[in-house]
Amino acid sequence: MASPLAVEVRALSKTYQVHERPPGLAAALRSVFRRKYRTVHAVADLSFTVEPGERVGFLGPNGAGKTTTLKMLAGLLHPTSGEARVAGHVPRRREAAFLKSITLVMGQKQQLLWDLPPADTFTMNRAIYEVSDADYAETMGDLTELLDLGEIMKKPTRQLSLGERMKCELAAALLHRPQVLFLDEPTIGLDVAMQLTVREFIRQYNERRGATVLLTSHYMDDVASLCPRVVVIDQGRLRYDGDLPTLVQSIQPDKRVALRFSGVADRDALARAGKIVEFDAARAVIQIARADLREAVGHLLGLAWVSDLTIEDPPLEEVMRELFSAPKSEEAATADAVESA
Amino acid sequence: MSLLADLGRAARAYPTLLRVGFAEAVAYRAEMLVWMLTTTMPLVSLALWSAVAETAPVGRFTERGFAAYFLATLLIRQLTGSWLVWELNTEIRSGTLSRRLLRPIHPLITYSAENLAAIPLRFALTLPAAIVWLVVLEPGAFPRAPLDLLAMVLSLIGAWLINFFTMALIGSMAFYLESSTAIFDLWMVAFMVLSGYLVPLDLFPQAIRSVAHALPFRYTIAFPVEIATGLVRGQAMLRGLLIQWTYVLGVGAAAILAFRAGVKRYSAFGG
Repeated sequence: MASPLAVEVRALSKTYQVHERPPGLAAALRSVFRRKYRTVHAVADLSFTVEPGERVGFLGPNGAGKTTTLKMLAGLLHPTSGEARVAGHVPRRREAAFLKSITLVMGQKQQLLWDLPPADTFTMNRAIYEVSDADYAETMGDLTELLDLGEIMKKPTRQLSLGERMKCELAAALLHRPQVLFLDEPTIGLDVAMQLTVREFIRQYNERRGATVLLTSHYMDDVASLCPRVVVIDQGRLRYDGDLPTLVQSIQPDKRVALRFSGVADRDALARAGKIVEFDAARAVIQIARADLREAVGHLLGLAWVSDLTIEDPPLEEVMRELFSAPKSEEAATADAVESA
Repeated sequence: MSLLADLGRAARAYPTLLRVGFAEAVAYRAEMLVWMLTTTMPLVSLALWSAVAETAPVGRFTERGFAAYFLATLLIRQLTGSWLVWELNTEIRSGTLSRRLLRPIHPLITYSAENLAAIPLRFALTLPAAIVWLVVLEPGAFPRAPLDLLAMVLSLIGAWLINFFTMALIGSMAFYLESSTAIFDLWMVAFMVLSGYLVPLDLFPQAIRSVAHALPFRYTIAFPVEIATGLVRGQAMLRGLLIQWTYVLGVGAAAILAFRAGVKRYSAFGG
């Protein structure tokens, strides 16, 4: 049998019945006798696959269905319809072999025991996941080195900073060497340095262990630097599945040219190259159509007061904003365009 | 096959779960002591009934008999009580149950370890009451014969299991209802009256006593108390054990099924 896909999702859907009532006492009393329910399609007809060892960014606005999908893949939620397989297992059955092969890290939730040092959670996970002495020593050695756990694992969890706690959360979640990692906002609330540490740690774990990573993050830098491939969903439906540069190009075909000045800049001269996005005495950013890039750069380099020039893609946040704010009619066209890309 | 493997893994992990659970109980020791002070209702009953029995015995109970009964009730409630309903209700509603569901061990097993691990500390905190109990107990009331001792141990384990599984069953209602604590309150009302916690069942009229002997409440507290204080022996004790362990199996199966069915409805909101 060929090695199974790490993640296989076919026509997956999840609907919720949500009880709704307006605020106020009268509405509260009415709801005692007649409750109103609304059906919410959190995930609708979602299909995609992930190969073992891939790092995939899972993107979408708030409420798009990212977390719901991850919870279904981790076996926490039962799908309303459709199928999911993770490392060859059906998640909703929650078999021990399945649970030992995955982990789900939620940046806003913790699995560490609050009043005990993280070392106690590690000991408990070691027993529950039946990690052998040799594997435990090796994995703890790796994790301690990569995450610089040292002293922090001996302090009660409640006394750790958010960054320290997140490091320990990751260690606890990876102690059993899972093959599939579901990471839901693992860097939320962390400072830039800690974000880099966590990001680098995820990359190294993926490379060392050949593990599959499915990551959601509101920090686009996480996704851009970690995930060669992105899956974008909106309102529970697939909007895009492919590499990041292609997505950026199809949504925002223009490039950004950032300039630094060594003298007084002439705004009109810059405007001839493209649309000025930012401008001040020392620097400017100009948006230029890809087709016109060569000519425009030539023009800009010819300006005596331009001392430095770099060509960049538009910021990912902006691309996403544009993708999700596209009007409905255009939206379908965009989805078609990007899905066929 | 898979069930046996799961149970084997749980058995191997259990000593560690108990050890970590004990460390957690120690971390919460002050809170536990305060909580234990709220379960001293038997002492109120003791004062009340001792006053009543001051002049003449009430049924089979002398003043000293009441003291022995209610101190045993206090102690055995501490040793066999379970607070799982609160934890389960909170974890289902807040979504924190997710962390347990992600582990390859049944959540009820990890809950049971946490509950059991707190017993040594609760016992230590009730030690003064246990010493007074041994002093006031009539000579010969404490079970000495091996069969009686075994019955007492089994009745304590049975009481703990019924309590634990009942709390798991009621707690699991939070999968279906917005909160399961109202059902718990209902259970507590019946418990207070029919378990022998506040009034020894011996003092009820025969008809009510028969009903109480058939319902599960007696087997969560009064039955082990009656064995420990010499109020029940012989055939009646063995019959009680049979009924108690039938309840253990019944409530245990119901709790496991309710939990399993509930997990399918679990929405993991916020978790």
